[in-house]
Amino acid sequence: MMNNMLVLPMVIPLLTGIFLIFIRRYIKLQKWISLSAMIVNAGISFYILNRIQSEGILRLDFGGWTPPFGILFVADSFSVLLVLTSSIVTILCLLFAFSSIGKAKENMFFYSFVNFLVAGVNGSFLTGDLFNLYVFFEVMLLASYVLVALGGEKRQLRESIKYVAINILSSWIFLVGIAYLYGTVGTLNMAHLSERIAEVGQTPLLTVISVLFMIVFSLKAGLFLYYWLPGSYGAPPPAVAALFGALLTKVGIYAMFRFFTLIFYHEPSITHTIIGILAGLTMIGGSIGAVAYKDIRQVVTYNVVIAVGFIFVGLAVATPAAIEGSIYYLIHDMIVKALLFLLAGTVILLTGTGRMDKMSGLIRNYPSLGWMFFIVMLSLAGVPPLSGFIGKVLVGQGAIESGHYVLLTLAFLSSIFVLYSLLRVFLNCFWGETIISEEDERPLKKGWVIPCVLLVLATIGLGLGAESIAVYVSDAANTLLNPEIYIDAVLND
Amino acid sequence: METLITILSGVLVTVATYLLLSQNMIRIILGSAILSHAANLLLMAMGGFEKGNVPLLGENASGFTDALPQALILTAIVISFGVTAIFLVLAYRTYEENGTDNLEALRGNNDE
Repeated sequence: MMNNMLVLPMVIPLLTGIFLIFIRRYIKLQKWISLSAMIVNAGISFYILNRIQSEGILRLDFGGWTPPFGILFVADSFSVLLVLTSSIVTILCLLFAFSSIGKAKENMFFYSFVNFLVAGVNGSFLTGDLFNLYVFFEVMLLASYVLVALGGEKRQLRESIKYVAINILSSWIFLVGIAYLYGTVGTLNMAHLSERIAEVGQTPLLTVISVLFMIVFSLKAGLFLYYWLPGSYGAPPPAVAALFGALLTKVGIYAMFRFFTLIFYHEPSITHTIIGILAGLTMIGGSIGAVAYKDIRQVVTYNVVIAVGFIFVGLAVATPAAIEGSIYYLIHDMIVKALLFLLAGTVILLTGTGRMDKMSGLIRNYPSLGWMFFIVMLSLAGVPPLSGFIGKVLVGQGAIESGHYVLLTLAFLSSIFVLYSLLRVFLNCFWGETIISEEDERPLKKGWVIPCVLLVLATIGLGLGAESIAVYVSDAANTLLNPEIYIDAVLND
Repeated sequence: METLITILSGVLVTVATYLLLSQNMIRIILGSAILSHAANLLLMAMGGFEKGNVPLLGENASGFTDALPQALILTAIVISFGVTAIFLVLAYRTYEENGTDNLEALRGNNDE
């Protein structure tokens, strides 16, 4: 029963988080324990990922109840790739948090809640049961409610109310969707759902239910229903904002991909068309937002929105190349969005303001920061050899093959807006005459630079070494496009 | 019976929607609590209310009651309890810091 390992990426952070509550006074110990927990997590998920390549999809039936009767964890390449990436991103965000989050928050169980957040995220990626997915969403959201408000500033509390309200509503829709689906199909195991829906055909009723789930995951992922996102991602401290920007919307994206490739894939003319339209509108709205604001935080959060739209272009197109491109882009986006949020956060920590018109010439004071911002800008715009390139090329290729020219145009126009919005930040904040005199210059802490440098190396490495993860990505895309592989692994094994 | 419960759940959703659309924070929290009750009732109705025996092997009963919706509702109740608790705490702290419980006044301003 080596498959027991599958539960570890969820259980390790959960137990670590609980354990940290009991050693509240020993902050240094807390830091080391949570960091090593994440490193172990990354190692385990890498090991699982390699086992999947040789043995196929792995599953773990809790309590020995064979599916579809019990709850289970299913690990395929897609989910474990995301678990691995989220572990790595969390390691680097933790490193940044060590020197930026401050004693007050650390005393208030900051590291515990980061661990709980990761437990929820990893659980959502790995679970093979619909209701279990709902539970892990809630675990993740409860931790994020606390992290948004931790610190208790006016702005944080104000935004947290809106964030909690919108998420309660979307969780409610999720629960209603589960009730309807259980009422019509009579099962909650995802593979079993897929099999039964394939048997009875995707009736109009089921398509309506699928749209209900689409609303839920659109709210979580920020697909068109992203109006809550800029406020609540701009409020918390940079390390938390980076975690949110890198992980939270990605869970919604993951769930959407899983649902509309595994369960509701019979009526693409309805569901995938809606996803395509929403993706287009998201990119337009995100682009307008990204160039409209003077606050760096707003520019950065609207960049998250644009990326969400871009990733969903791949799902709407749904050719093998496009799905592969989306997976590449998803991994790239987790790394680069964390980097972007950390850099923007560092700038705000150094200057004490988020307004572009109140800063200038930062590259003279902090050259390393300026150059890293330049690299992240190029990477987000999709300039080779950085990591955004391969994803954009593959999604574009898929869109051309299937004739989705409007989406293709919007996707590449949105890249130009990404470039423009970040170039504006770069020109305003980093170029020009410096306005910080030498005595006023706040020192750039090593703890802020090191995680950013590591993330820069990751985006360059992912761009140059795209070949090395190609096996995993193509296996992930293959499983997504052929639901029977997943169903066989879960039900007929 | 199912019809009755479904209608009841619809009424609860109506009440909750009215409360959620108000500007007062406490009303919104109450609305979210009522919303979760509506979802729980709906889950119950979806499982069906057939009278049957406990789902155990070896009992010579003609029909079994589906126990899954009840397990789901139990979990959902616990979660909504936790979420409502944290929502109340956040609302109280927001009221303390911002000095208002009117959401219209919590929009934020352009200077930030």
